[in-house]
Amino acid sequence: MSPGDGAGPDGWQRLDKRAVLVTALVMAGLAAGVCAPVLLGLGGGALFGDGPRRGGVLPLLAAAVVPVLGGAAVEYVRWSRTRYRIGPERAELHSGLLLVKRRSLARSRIRSVDLTAHPLLRVLGLVKVRIGTGEHTGGDSTLELHPVSRAEGERLRRELLARPAAPAGDGHRNGLLAALDPRWIRYAPLSFVAPLLGGAAAGGVMQVGEWFGAQDEVITWVGDRFRDTSVGWVVLALGTAALLAGVVGALGLWVEMWWNHRLEREPGGTLRVRRGLLTTRSISVEERRLRGVEVVEPLGARLAGAARVDAVATGIAEPGDDRHADHKTLLPPVPRHLAHEVAARVLREAVAPTGTPLTAHPRAARARRLRWGAGAALLPLLVLAVLGVVLTGEPAEAVSVVAVGCALVLPPLAVLAALDAYRGLGHGISGAYLVTRSGTVLRATVALHRGGVIGWTIGQSYFQRRAGLVTLTATTAAGAGAYHVHDADRSEGLAFARAAVPGLLEPFLEPAPKPDPEPDPDPDPDREPKPDPGPGPGRAVDDGGPAHPRG
Amino acid sequence: MRLRPPAGMLDERAIGWWRARWLLLTGAPVLASAVLGALIGPARWWLWPAAGILAAAGLGCAAFFPRWWFRFHRWEVTDDAVYVRTGAFRQEWRIAPMSRIQTVDTVRGPLEQVFRLATVTVTTASAKGAIRIRGLDHELAAELAGRLTRITGATPGDAT
Repeated sequence: MSPGDGAGPDGWQRLDKRAVLVTALVMAGLAAGVCAPVLLGLGGGALFGDGPRRGGVLPLLAAAVVPVLGGAAVEYVRWSRTRYRIGPERAELHSGLLLVKRRSLARSRIRSVDLTAHPLLRVLGLVKVRIGTGEHTGGDSTLELHPVSRAEGERLRRELLARPAAPAGDGHRNGLLAALDPRWIRYAPLSFVAPLLGGAAAGGVMQVGEWFGAQDEVITWVGDRFRDTSVGWVVLALGTAALLAGVVGALGLWVEMWWNHRLEREPGGTLRVRRGLLTTRSISVEERRLRGVEVVEPLGARLAGAARVDAVATGIAEPGDDRHADHKTLLPPVPRHLAHEVAARVLREAVAPTGTPLTAHPRAARARRLRWGAGAALLPLLVLAVLGVVLTGEPAEAVSVVAVGCALVLPPLAVLAALDAYRGLGHGISGAYLVTRSGTVLRATVALHRGGVIGWTIGQSYFQRRAGLVTLTATTAAGAGAYHVHDADRSEGLAFARAAVPGLLEPFLEPAPKPDPEPDPDPDPDREPKPDPGPGPGRAVDDGGPAHPRG
Repeated sequence: MRLRPPAGMLDERAIGWWRARWLLLTGAPVLASAVLGALIGPARWWLWPAAGILAAAGLGCAAFFPRWWFRFHRWEVTDDAVYVRTGAFRQEWRIAPMSRIQTVDTVRGPLEQVFRLATVTVTTASAKGAIRIRGLDHELAAELAGRLTRITGATPGDAT
């Protein structure tokens, strides 16, 4: 048994002893949260008043104390059975009482060390550490140390991510890449979070009402407020109230998520995001893992001229693992030009690849989108028309009102969305990066390092064949795993794919039977036969650059 | 410019395998509704026609699709890459460079064993980049998997 928190004789260390205290406090909070409503219900204000009621209070107190002590005891056992060691070769963690788990990660494979601390941990000066290898092998690729002292967490982060310092001669600075500007909060209410939170707030009011058996009273009270107003106004007023609540919630969430945000590059070649008001998070992305960046413009933010920046890196979010979906975001929505600028800084490029002019897609792509839009707009109208024919009397009238409204609103919206979707399409090559853009509700411009492309998938549906279009998909180990170029011209798209990853596609291409109207199928005059192997992220030796060894 | 078809065809037995799959897929509900129709008199008027339509559709699909698929499905393994063409309505060409291949598996389902066929699955580090070659002769598949494993084993790097 090693004494206290210090390292044992063979380097084994324990978690911080205050883990027990944290669990006890959390359990106490839970117990208080559960018991308080019961106490209120029992006592109705005078808690320890009359004799007959006291009989109900004492068991309740016992019921509150037992889980606190039990939780603390379990946590003590967990603490005493958990130890970790950072050796020269491997990071190891032993835990568990009956089922002893021994997990060991090769240090050369460790790609991320993330620190998070919720308010309670922060008060006690503790952090939770997640050490990840970035492999897609489920939960076995991370070590979680919960909790250790803040200094120990920092030490682990520095030690595990220490690499030989990156060559400093490329003129790209280490240090601060972006820091929070409080004015960016103006983009917070535009996110999809606001209406969601508004709905949640309305639902929450009803839920609390139900706890106290007062749901009907809430409805009657609201009904009383609107005794003399028409249904339309009631809906409008309630909707506005919910939306306002949602906006306030979105602002609060933004502050909690992004307060003190700093994006830094550390000398060892690590990007680090630090943020959070109550729960602080420190997320480190090794530049070796970085395969590009994504500039994402959700519809609301895009209309306001804002965009956020996500990292495209291997092993941040495992597929289907939503818990870490926000770990890839390097920068909250900011003015678009700044987003591109930060993207360039992150990639150590002079000009942002995400900001380069892109090749537009053929008109057939626009026609396809207009057809989809027409279909999407006509389907509800068709349903309503059928309903109108089938129904009679008052429902039929209501249906016809809705149908007229839909007929007026949906088709223009669909056309706008289709044209916008077409305008958003584009692809190109910018230096060492392949760039593709698509989407209207969530427009994303991805700059993917050409060396990070580990395969191509070229798909053609029946309709695409008739229109001479293809969808090119670059598969990669990073980010979403695949990035698409939707509805590119067949010949031009294949030339683009060939140019983006030299040597991969050439053996499988042949000239089309009919001579192309365009003698040079390559639309991009800037294309280099081989990208210059300049310094940059994702360019470590094992990458080998975009060229393939046997190409 | 266009993609040339990969050199290798699938095994002829793949047609039979696909046909068997169609027939099994449609055969089970056809049989079920036919038996139910025989047992439940009042529902017979719609159960038997439904079974008939389904059986006709299954037979039609079994006659038509496997030939079409067989003509379109191709594969090729060069020293540098694995190249596969699949699909019918939505056609797909998949290319994975040899240097990025992580695992090579062969799988033989029960029906594939009957037809002495096997599926070779080649995965890369991408969650979405797996390549499947279905309907290969099982000996050829084993030999191919061995060859791919040898080539990729000789390639350094972690293939990301």
